[in-house]
Amino acid sequence: MSTKEPEEPLNAEARIRQLSRRSFLWAGLAAGAAGGGLFAFNKYAPNEDGTKTLFRRALGANEWVAHRLFPPRNLAPEFPRSAAVKPVNNYHGETPLVDLDAWRLTLDGVESGKHAVTLADIQALPHVEQTTELKCIEGWSAVVNWTGARFADFAAKYPPRPGARYVSLLSEPADYPDERYYVGLDIESALHPQTLLAWAMNGQPLSPEHGAPLRLVIPVKYGIKNIKLITGIAYAAQRPADYWAEQGYDWYAGL
Amino acid sequence: MNPSLDAAGKTVSAAVTTPVPAPAPRLVRKHPLAIRWLHWVNFPVLFLMIWSGLLIYWANDDYRIGWGGRTLFQFFPDKFYERFHIGFRLAEGMNWHFAFAWVFTLTGVAYALYVWLSGEWRLLVPRRESFAGAFQVVLHDLGLRKKPLPRDKFNHAQRIAYSSVIVLGALQVVTGLAIYKPAQLAWLAALMGGYQLARVWHFVITLLFVAFFLVHVAQVARAGWNNFRAMITGYEIQK
Repeated sequence: MSTKEPEEPLNAEARIRQLSRRSFLWAGLAAGAAGGGLFAFNKYAPNEDGTKTLFRRALGANEWVAHRLFPPRNLAPEFPRSAAVKPVNNYHGETPLVDLDAWRLTLDGVESGKHAVTLADIQALPHVEQTTELKCIEGWSAVVNWTGARFADFAAKYPPRPGARYVSLLSEPADYPDERYYVGLDIESALHPQTLLAWAMNGQPLSPEHGAPLRLVIPVKYGIKNIKLITGIAYAAQRPADYWAEQGYDWYAGL
Repeated sequence: MNPSLDAAGKTVSAAVTTPVPAPAPRLVRKHPLAIRWLHWVNFPVLFLMIWSGLLIYWANDDYRIGWGGRTLFQFFPDKFYERFHIGFRLAEGMNWHFAFAWVFTLTGVAYALYVWLSGEWRLLVPRRESFAGAFQVVLHDLGLRKKPLPRDKFNHAQRIAYSSVIVLGALQVVTGLAIYKPAQLAWLAALMGGYQLARVWHFVITLLFVAFFLVHVAQVARAGWNNFRAMITGYEIQK
């Protein structure tokens, strides 16, 4: 510090210049670190399935927290039938047209071994009607009335092999290779009481635009998991692939 | 002439007065270290939340000011998205948003706790007279009020503004949670009026944050270097 006593009016100015040096140094270092860190992160941090690995960890951590905080069987809100609307068809490409009579569901990872299931087999299960809000990950939503069988009842009829922790649902319509679509679910969400294998929307059998003859309705997940025109279901011990998860979206997509 | 005596007993002429020297400028401690760090951390974090929020909003940009067929302003014109390369980045936006939501929340809680425990809240929370007082601040800032404002650390308009942003921050977290987990937190979404209304509130609060930011930065610019420096060094020179 200075050895001479500065005059009173200069003291404050001199003092603050001293203090400022240190503070601005810290400020500069912090701003530089933040800016540099952001730049380096964007440029060099590794990616995993269309997004930064760090974000995959963050999404996983969020799901871990959600799982600990909420009972996984919390119900999504249900609405009166009169509130139902016709949702927007969100097929990105072509709407697949399939021969409904020839349609079969290929089931794999089950105790009875890989085999095909018909729509009649599924419709033999108890019918459930449910009016829930479909929430597209883009942001819009629609209250829709669905009729189908609980996935839980389906899994009870065709039990998965022990060790199954995930379900993979596939839509692979013949003649439409570009429309191949697949989702992965944690088995808890698949077995959630509101998860349906649905064949009717607003009282009418599904149209091709909405996934005829069978689609998944899972109101505790974003619309991306509500796969249309299911052609295959497989239980798995490892987390299966998911179309939009590979494009950077959260694999869990839970609401 | 009316002679009077000074402290030493000498006669002092009342007609000749010695000019009183102006008080020396002194260094005053203004903003505590915690306030300064939290302020400057929150600035980029809030920016990130709004930016990533825009990337999300773009995917379904429904909101407008208008009624029926008449639209006064569309949130947002295409040129806005193009200029800032906002389009087709929904996944990226969600990932930044859901990661930094933690930082935003923790910073906000830390700030609220500090303000409460340090007693600084007494200077920040609006008082009964603050609404009338804030009106006086506006008049003063517009040049319509000539009388100087009372010398408090924060004037009445600031009390209202700085307390409001904490409330806005808390509401943003709450509406955000309702949007984020509308099934698991269905009761919370219901309190907001449902999923779509929760999104509307979240968007409106963002607009209020932006409005706060614009006014705040303008006022900081008006207040000058000495005041701004205080939010970095913690000291202000008071004349």
